[in-house]
Amino acid sequence: MSANKESWGSRVGLILAMAGNAVGLGNFLRFPVQAVQNGGGAFIIPYLICFLVMGIPLLWIEWSMGRFGGKFGHHSTPFIVDTMHKNRLWKYIGVFGIWTNIAVASYYCYLESWTLSYVFHSLGGTFSGLDQIGVSNFFDEYVNLGESTFGIPYEPIFFFVVCLLLNTWILSQGLAKGVERVAKIGMPLLIVFGMFLAYKGFTINAGENGAINDSSVGLNFLWTPNFDELWSPTVWLAAAGQIFFTLSVGMGTIHCYASYVRSKDDIALNAMSAGWMNEFVEVVLGASILIPISIGYLGIDGVVDLVNSQGGLGLGFRTLPYLFYQWGDVLGAIAGVMWFGLLFFAGITSSLAMGTPWIGFLQDEFNWNRRPAAWSFGLIVLVLGMPTVLFFKYGVFDEYDYWAGTVSLVVFALFESILFAWVFGMNKGWREITSGADIKVPGIYKFIIKFVTPLLLLWVFIGSLITPKGGDWAGAFSNGWELDDSSIINKIKNSNLKRQLAEATDPAVIEQLQETLFFVNASRILLVVVFLSIAGLVYMAYKKRVREGRI
Amino acid sequence: MLSTMLLVTGATIYFFIRVLKTPPKPEPDSYLDNDDEIERRAPRA
Repeated sequence: MSANKESWGSRVGLILAMAGNAVGLGNFLRFPVQAVQNGGGAFIIPYLICFLVMGIPLLWIEWSMGRFGGKFGHHSTPFIVDTMHKNRLWKYIGVFGIWTNIAVASYYCYLESWTLSYVFHSLGGTFSGLDQIGVSNFFDEYVNLGESTFGIPYEPIFFFVVCLLLNTWILSQGLAKGVERVAKIGMPLLIVFGMFLAYKGFTINAGENGAINDSSVGLNFLWTPNFDELWSPTVWLAAAGQIFFTLSVGMGTIHCYASYVRSKDDIALNAMSAGWMNEFVEVVLGASILIPISIGYLGIDGVVDLVNSQGGLGLGFRTLPYLFYQWGDVLGAIAGVMWFGLLFFAGITSSLAMGTPWIGFLQDEFNWNRRPAAWSFGLIVLVLGMPTVLFFKYGVFDEYDYWAGTVSLVVFALFESILFAWVFGMNKGWREITSGADIKVPGIYKFIIKFVTPLLLLWVFIGSLITPKGGDWAGAFSNGWELDDSSIINKIKNSNLKRQLAEATDPAVIEQLQETLFFVNASRILLVVVFLSIAGLVYMAYKKRVREGRI
Repeated sequence: MLSTMLLVTGATIYFFIRVLKTPPKPEPDSYLDNDDEIERRAPRA
């Protein structure tokens, strides 16, 4: 018998935990940058269409798969997908639903630890009196394990371990007393902090506190539609990709959370409520902070340069702490605590979700108790996460993010949508979605889930696999297909790094690139080893089930 | 911009209110917190 006897405390708690799982740092740091880079206000059109025809269907698919598997006592994807078809290979596809979470948690907890550290630095006044370059240098010093302002040796490692201990302890408390309780505190606080900062983002006046633009300049820059971009496949790929990241679909966490819902209880309305809550945080709050505040003080050209060179992460950590202090020392510190506090709550509600599939797997298959299962997750993430801390400058962090946090989501979502609609069968699948539903699910979704969602996912996957140079699809069709360095195929071949190596003449640069190439390949090998190890455990669990007569 | 923000905010509030207003299913349900409510306990056989 499984040692897993967990339950959710309340329906609102479940929805907040699901929304917390979806709301992450990407809502505040990735979405506005994607919008700026892909047609501004026009981006929102493909984005919302992708939400309706890919995001919502995937939410319903994952919630119903999870609840279906839960009926048979399964709380992780390998054996949830195994119950849906007799082919034994499906459970190895389900390995993605554990592997992705462990690999993503390994770098995500590190990112989360930055936010925790920056909360304390904002409180301690570290950024007060620093200019923009000073704040940016602080970030470089931090991630390169340089000198600590607090005098803590190896401060990033210290905060990483603290963050991991906190995650592990909360996970060990269980679903209702741990994960759900944090969501009930974290989500409302995140929304309050977000609303305060969005208000500040909406009320910047040129000439006040060193601002050079009104809020309207930044908001117009973000929202003015560039309809020429609307027909670009690159923009649609970016919109579809953003929907993946923001909803945390294709990870296995939604299946796990939903597996604790009984079959007669609703999932259709729950999924809509949690999904739209995430959209509110992203479209309303996320779009009103980073870009409007940055453009208010740095101008459009300055922000475009920063976005292109540093991305949303750089803007959030290297620039915003400096900009907050334009409002004075006290308000600067408060805004810093709120900004990084908001990011911390967004991060921890997601990283906690990443721990639950592994814990559920150990409880179901090997009769582990919650507490040791939670600590084993913490230990694995510590071991797997340390390379991202120690070798950050060699791109280990980015490598984990690309394979586990980007490619894997699309691959697993593609498989699960085919399994649900075509292998399990749309009629059975539709019964699962609508069973116990507290809303009427529109019948058109039967068609969308069967045809549109899998085709869209296939297109996203193929589009990412063979992205043409510069995203010029029309040119690729007419002038021959040259792959972009961001395509999966060129990533596998390390084309970008190898070209840089071939062009480099400075011995120091050559050495740095060679070391980066080594660490990039080593990270991939490590990730493959982890995947195969989990697949081995799934095989052992299967054999155990056979021995016990459970199959 | 405003129409998008209002649409998203409206949908979020609408679905959340529907969750709050929908009466819970009879016990045993998926949630622990209401197990102590006397009127929701399943009648003894």
